Amino acid sequence: MKRCNPIVVILVLAVALVGCVVVAISLGAVAIPFSEVARMLIARLPGVSLPPSWSDTSILRRAQDTAGISTIQAEVIIFQIRLPRVVTAVVVGGALAAAGAVFQGLLRNPMADPYIIGTSGGAALGATIALLLPIQVVWLGFTLVPLAAFAGALVTVLVVYNIARVGPRTPVTTLLLAGFAFSSMLAAVMSFLMLVSGHTLRRVVLWTMGGVTASSWLQLRIVVPLIVAGVIAAYTLANDLNAFLLGEEQAAYLGVNVERRKLVLLMLGSLLTGAAVSVSGLVGFIGLVVPHVARLIFGPDHRLLLPASTLMGSLFLVLADLVARLLLAPAEIPVGIITAMIGAPFFIYLLRRSKREYVF
Amino acid sequence: MRGNSAALEAAGVDFCYYENDGLVLREVSLELGAGELVGLIGPNGSGKTTLLRVLSGLLVPNRGKVYLDGQDIRTFDRRRIAQRVAVVPQELAMPFAFSAYEMVMMGRTPHVRPILGAGPRDRQVVAEKMELTATSVLAERPFSELSGGEKQRVIIAMALAQEPEILLLDEPTVHLDINHQVEILELIKRLNRRERLTVFATMHDLNLAALYFDRLILLDRGQVVANGSPAEVLREESIREVFRADVQVQQHPTHHTPQVVILPLT
Repeated sequence: MKRCNPIVVILVLAVALVGCVVVAISLGAVAIPFSEVARMLIARLPGVSLPPSWSDTSILRRAQDTAGISTIQAEVIIFQIRLPRVVTAVVVGGALAAAGAVFQGLLRNPMADPYIIGTSGGAALGATIALLLPIQVVWLGFTLVPLAAFAGALVTVLVVYNIARVGPRTPVTTLLLAGFAFSSMLAAVMSFLMLVSGHTLRRVVLWTMGGVTASSWLQLRIVVPLIVAGVIAAYTLANDLNAFLLGEEQAAYLGVNVERRKLVLLMLGSLLTGAAVSVSGLVGFIGLVVPHVARLIFGPDHRLLLPASTLMGSLFLVLADLVARLLLAPAEIPVGIITAMIGAPFFIYLLRRSKREYVF
Repeated sequence: MRGNSAALEAAGVDFCYYENDGLVLREVSLELGAGELVGLIGPNGSGKTTLLRVLSGLLVPNRGKVYLDGQDIRTFDRRRIAQRVAVVPQELAMPFAFSAYEMVMMGRTPHVRPILGAGPRDRQVVAEKMELTATSVLAERPFSELSGGEKQRVIIAMALAQEPEILLLDEPTVHLDINHQVEILELIKRLNRRERLTVFATMHDLNLAALYFDRLILLDRGQVVANGSPAEVLREESIREVFRADVQVQQHPTHHTPQVVILPLT
């Protein structure tokens, strides 16, 4: 069994991600040349001062010629509109894919995704209630909807975890079933609320489809560190996740404190999911399929699987959002539709192509 | 600390899985001295696997204590136990596509530090243990595609990669053909004699147990009913009573250990 060199894989994926970010920023209703985007981004890096020849207006003038916009307009488009959006796609895609990998490994279930133990139901109900309430709250740049979604996701997981507890243990089967039952109940409450609310129905439906549109720098200042910290923390537990694949009893024999680790991993996965959902609604598909794609290509070792899934999730959502913006421009398609429409055939192709049976 | 330091000791252990259920283990006391090779026999449901779980610190006794190196095992955290006690389970399913080498490397879990991952010392230990178990040639093969005997040797290599002082095995020869049964038991004996490992294994084959183990412990409905050399433990009366089968105990033609011959009812 040949395995890829982890460092090479991570580097290649990281370079590809940076490339896609530049492309995604440059394309849109107004196209800005790649070179111009790269120059503006590099100029904003801390500690970078470009030589005068670079900050010269010659390139800018060409940009103005081709796109018919001024430098200031380009700056505004890049830094106030497109960059926050692309950064949102990067962190949301990465968070969902990382959370999916964590849940699949922890629960040893190929159908596990970030929403499996009720985060989606809790977040959706929270968001629905927030959309229905006639009050305006803004806290740390967040309106009530993302805050309620985040809280809903985490509270649901805590409730499900406690329902599933049998004495000192929380068996995986009980956890999965309790999660399913509890989130079904939440979904029913949400459907009922939507039914009686009438006019906000469309907004709720749009929210559940997910999208990376309306993120401000203020929101990102909170969400990005949260997600980056979550991914790093999950990575430090990669060895334990590998041990979990042997079953909980054997993981304990290998020195893993099973119940404590399980709670930590559940909370980490849910935190990542909650943070992602709060800024983007329920983006489906990525959290389920990206870890499988990574496993098919790079193997099941979480020390490579986790970072590779994270980067691939980012990459995938940046591209999907780009397609969602461009396909019917100026109209936008909910990104969840694109992720499934591009991702599913690619996944099926990979499944068919692999010569060995895909043993999850 | 207790004065007489056995490597692993159970003292008056009662255990039940759920309150109000019957006791699975009843006042079990036994000692494993450092470097001993001890087999645990008894009919299905007599509590062999449960006793192994209790001795490994996985299950906590309702009454009594387990001592590791003379110290209450509950004062150790899982990682420190795993650095001293390794368990080879009866069955280990690994549905993911790991190679044999990667499986053995998982045995390093209690030693490797997070993020840094496996270092040169870990790789060296894994190579040594695969050499010892004759699994080096299997290194690149997917674990899930190995035969039963090969899998068992890889799992033993994984347990050895923990660099334990004590090896607990649950029915290490079950589901194997006789050639592989002998191969595994020879390996276990070699680990005990040459690597000075303390070995405690549950066995369902009484004759193999008599041939390979220095001391046997007979468990019946959660109680230790005999503890001594194979000749002392494998006696016709006690086997008839505990296993409810009609048997005759003879002597092995070359090894002078007891061998149990089954007498059919009809």
